[in-house]
Amino acid sequence: MMRIELIKRPQHSALFSALSPIIALVLTLVFGAILFALLGRNPVTAMYIYFVSPLTQVWQIHELAVKAAPLILIAVGLAVCYRSNNWNIGAEGQLTMGAIAGSILPVLVPEYQGVFLLPLMLIMGMAGGALYAAIPALLKVRFNTNEILSSLMLVYVAQLFLDWVVRGPWRDPQGYNFPQTIQFSDAAILPELFPASGRASWAFVFAIVAALIVWFLMAKTLKGFEVKVIGQSPRAGRFAGFSTGRMVLFAFMVSGALAGLAGISEVSATINQLQPVISPGYGFTAIIVAFLGRLNPIGIIAAGLVLALSYLGGEAAQAAIGISDKTARVFQGMLLFFVLASDTLIYYRIRLITSRRAAGEAALEHS
Amino acid sequence: MDAEGGNAGEALLDVRGLTKIFGSLRACDGVDLKINRGEIHALLGENGAGKSTFVKMLFGSLEPYSGEIRWKGDKVRITSPGEARRLGIGMVFQHFSLFDALTAAENIALSLDDGSPIGTIAAKAKALSYSYGLPLDPYSLVGDLSVGERQRIEIIRCLLQTPDLIILDEPTSVLTPQEADKLFETLERLRSEGKSILYISHRLEEVKRMCDGATVLRHGKVVGHCDPRQETAASLARMMVGSEVSAVTRPPVDTKADHSPLLEIRDLSRKAATPFSVPLRAISLSVKAGEVIGIAGVAGNGQGEFFEAVSGEALQDNAGSVRISGKDAGRLSISKRRLLGAAFVPEERLGHGAAPLMSLSENLLLSRYSTDRKAFLGPLGTIRTATIESASERIIKHMDVRMSGKDPEAAALSGGNLQKFIVGRELDRQPSVMVVNQPTWGVDAGAAARIRQALIELARGGSAVLVISQDLDELFEISDYVAVMHDGAMSQPFAIAEATFEKIGLLMGGAAPEQAHPVGEIA
Amino acid sequence: MNILEAVLITIVTASTPLLIAAMGELVVERSGVLNLGVEGMMVMGSVSGFAAAYMTGSPWLGALAAIIVGAVFSLLFAFLTLTLVTNQVATGLALTLLGLGLSGMLGEPFVGHPGVRMDNIHIPGLSDLPLVGGLLFGEDPLFYISILLVIAVSWFLFKTRAGLTLRSVGDNHGSAHALGIPVIGIRYLAVMFGGACAGLAGAQLSLVYTPQWVENMTAGRGWIALALVVFASWRPWRVFAGAYLFGALTIAQLHVQAIDLNSLGFLPGPFYWLLAALKSVPTQFLSSLPYLATIVVLVLISRNRRLTMVNTPASLGRAFVPDR
Repeated sequence: MMRIELIKRPQHSALFSALSPIIALVLTLVFGAILFALLGRNPVTAMYIYFVSPLTQVWQIHELAVKAAPLILIAVGLAVCYRSNNWNIGAEGQLTMGAIAGSILPVLVPEYQGVFLLPLMLIMGMAGGALYAAIPALLKVRFNTNEILSSLMLVYVAQLFLDWVVRGPWRDPQGYNFPQTIQFSDAAILPELFPASGRASWAFVFAIVAALIVWFLMAKTLKGFEVKVIGQSPRAGRFAGFSTGRMVLFAFMVSGALAGLAGISEVSATINQLQPVISPGYGFTAIIVAFLGRLNPIGIIAAGLVLALSYLGGEAAQAAIGISDKTARVFQGMLLFFVLASDTLIYYRIRLITSRRAAGEAALEHS
Repeated sequence: MDAEGGNAGEALLDVRGLTKIFGSLRACDGVDLKINRGEIHALLGENGAGKSTFVKMLFGSLEPYSGEIRWKGDKVRITSPGEARRLGIGMVFQHFSLFDALTAAENIALSLDDGSPIGTIAAKAKALSYSYGLPLDPYSLVGDLSVGERQRIEIIRCLLQTPDLIILDEPTSVLTPQEADKLFETLERLRSEGKSILYISHRLEEVKRMCDGATVLRHGKVVGHCDPRQETAASLARMMVGSEVSAVTRPPVDTKADHSPLLEIRDLSRKAATPFSVPLRAISLSVKAGEVIGIAGVAGNGQGEFFEAVSGEALQDNAGSVRISGKDAGRLSISKRRLLGAAFVPEERLGHGAAPLMSLSENLLLSRYSTDRKAFLGPLGTIRTATIESASERIIKHMDVRMSGKDPEAAALSGGNLQKFIVGRELDRQPSVMVVNQPTWGVDAGAAARIRQALIELARGGSAVLVISQDLDELFEISDYVAVMHDGAMSQPFAIAEATFEKIGLLMGGAAPEQAHPVGEIA
Repeated sequence: MNILEAVLITIVTASTPLLIAAMGELVVERSGVLNLGVEGMMVMGSVSGFAAAYMTGSPWLGALAAIIVGAVFSLLFAFLTLTLVTNQVATGLALTLLGLGLSGMLGEPFVGHPGVRMDNIHIPGLSDLPLVGGLLFGEDPLFYISILLVIAVSWFLFKTRAGLTLRSVGDNHGSAHALGIPVIGIRYLAVMFGGACAGLAGAQLSLVYTPQWVENMTAGRGWIALALVVFASWRPWRVFAGAYLFGALTIAQLHVQAIDLNSLGFLPGPFYWLLAALKSVPTQFLSSLPYLATIVVLVLISRNRRLTMVNTPASLGRAFVPDR
């Protein structure tokens, strides 16, 4: 009988910290190829279409940035949460609420088109996301309520709220009864970075800046230290004099604000109006981004690009070889599994033992 | 196997060359040990000498790397605790292997492999417990029981399996001296019934008093077999440690120096925060500059809760219930209390006093970022890594912390070395008040002596030192005064010269103070 | 069949999947493992149950396929968390994300096809009794299975030695290991049982509740099942009560949405006005009630820290690496 034995490393392995996301990517590609073969496609062609063809033209790079921006923004916030052991899985809802809050001005006061319009929209979007994230945080601090379940339930609530908003009070009266708001005015649209070559907007810049700021916060400041200590061992955090309750609020509100920023940026730059569905599950995919980036903001930039590519690849594969774009989500799910599995190597050496007591037995026999 | 198999004159257990390797560490290295029928055999050694590893191999919970075990003359392989029980080997664990959410009877049922109904087991357990004078209610929840009662369940569970050999791992470390005496009576009776006992302890007096033979381990190797009755405590200690342990010296308190109280606790009460914690009942105590006060007590009598209240991890309603350096501190956070000059060392090293996966220098920042803000932090709250690392090296040097590599993670250090660092981290600040919970728990003798000496020196330098400990020997070694905690209440402190094991033991068991003063002693 | 009976029967149908999934998770959590992948395992059960029934024509084979797929799918989680000791929360999320993705891909060919419904049982005489006949003797088979499941789990956990062993592993895996109890093995079995239950619960949705395949058709029921286990303080009969509470709420809000006020003129004034008021609330708000109720219930139950502490399996969610 074969079994796997874990042997704890005396210290965590820096080598495998760096290698584990790469191992996970390689394993995902291997299994992806097998999946394509099972679907009756040539794995090499399929892999090329999936992971290379979406990067061959400049406008496609723009698309990559468009998809990566919300993923990076949200994942950077989630990293703060997960590092502090707060399981916010409701980023999709915070994104939705951020989008709604940020759309108040362009939808309700379309005549206002001043220079402060965009900054106000972004701030209101962040506030909307942060406040919505504060609900599960407060419930956790005050009532000890499991934040995983409450934050997730609030996703459904936010989506239904958006549905009501665009079908009810905010519906475009001239919109032929379609469930959508009026189109944002030009002043309310986040500008594109290089309009000549593609659609990538300032949202991508926000994402990179957010990642850098959070990296500095986590790596260089006492606040980041506080996040890490409380996440690793809350009791040591209390001994240090850090407040776990305030940390819950801080982590949730930071990640809610970033998710809200992602939401309003996406609506402003890409969709230009509110509609019942504004995100292909960025809030959930960002969980994968956060882990693939090893909860490190710099790693998350890279991971965000990889996951964005999986979205584009899915679309390309559907167009080119008729594979459902739903394979993208399968890839994403597999990737998270492999990342988590590879992370074991950071803290443990893995030993395969073929026969149950091979070592001991041999020794006993020879004594 | 051979003709001698099962011979009555044969040793019950004969272990030869038993070895266990963890990574690069030889936790047990060719250990030989022999136990006869009806013998109480001691296994002696320091913390980390390999005693627990050795008995876990005997009980089947660890598999040996090499070596052989002969049981009643036959070579056996003990592949699991179930197998050990079938052979007739029972074990009473040091940290108990009990289930808080289950009843005593259910706990016992889990290690009986016969599948009889709980009711039957409960009845049997109750009868057996009374016959040994260790009364037990089989339907009580383990989570509600004291440590002494928990140990009874462990012992009864073990005896119900009618073992020929009973292994006891540090059984008296959780008991009052009186409870320990009761345990010794039980063990004597078991010996007279022909059972053998492997007795693991580092308390030399009790080993001398009870055991017929002893095996001494050091760094995983047997350094000698002896008859403890022929040895002195000092000679046994030498065998265990390998060299003379530098004795801790306690110079007399300087009567001319300033003795103003630096830590005052007045009528401190606290409700139980969780179902498993102990409420504190009107504790008053005052620790003066220059002296060490020790607090004795059996585990689980409110020491942890008391430490939290004094340190500020839990706040009090009344600001005056804790005063540090003459200022009300009951409503202040632990950081603010540190700024008043106090320092704290909790019982748990990993996960409370230190974050396991963080480096030593990060763990230095953990308890000192508020007191050393100017040195350790820059503008915007940035961390000055270089300054902190050099401070960390200073502590490592001063306390002789041994480790591999530069600035390793806390979890990579041995218990003793990490404890030296954690105590050193606070001493480095020259605190005026030091509160330590279990300063040398699980620490080797050399490190323990160093830590104890450092605490005494801190006090003699003009600080107030409060030491909470379950180790009476330690308290006798370092305290000027001793108080006893029982069930959340604290006795009056009395001078160490007036203290005896018996008196402290009675207070630990909950006797009223007047009962703790036998007539003869007062006279 | 009168309206009340019809409503009660739909409540039963809405409650059954919650009950089955929560029952499985209860056993998993009692063994000390927190599997947040219920939603993913459930939706895998929905798609495989639908597909197998569609291809064979037999809803029973569909249910069986869902059970097997659920159990096998849960093995992924078990291997990662128990053998490779990965973080249980993150791995459970991964299982859910993978399940939602994989079911979407596998189910694509089945979208829009009419499903095979598992028929309600019919016992001549009994099922036709007035009032209680349909309710007690004319339900779908999975309802009876769900009730049997509650009885069986309750009996297993509290009346058998194996159940005691499972609870001991959830209470203190260190002690259990020291006594020679195979902690990891027991947890593997518990997780697979949870997977099988979640799979069956998912199949109930695509074979009984709405016999069709729609992507993400579990719509958060797996998460509600997880909340039910906490709500029930890890006790089987309280899970039963909780599941029916939620089933009733779901159905009530659906009925309010669908109600025709004109036909209810016979109701006494206050009832009529209450219904009319509810009816004027936008449907989205009514639809969000089960989710909001989940939060409210969690707040109420976890507010009492002492109570949760006493009831929560002490090893729940903690990593365990046996030393050998």
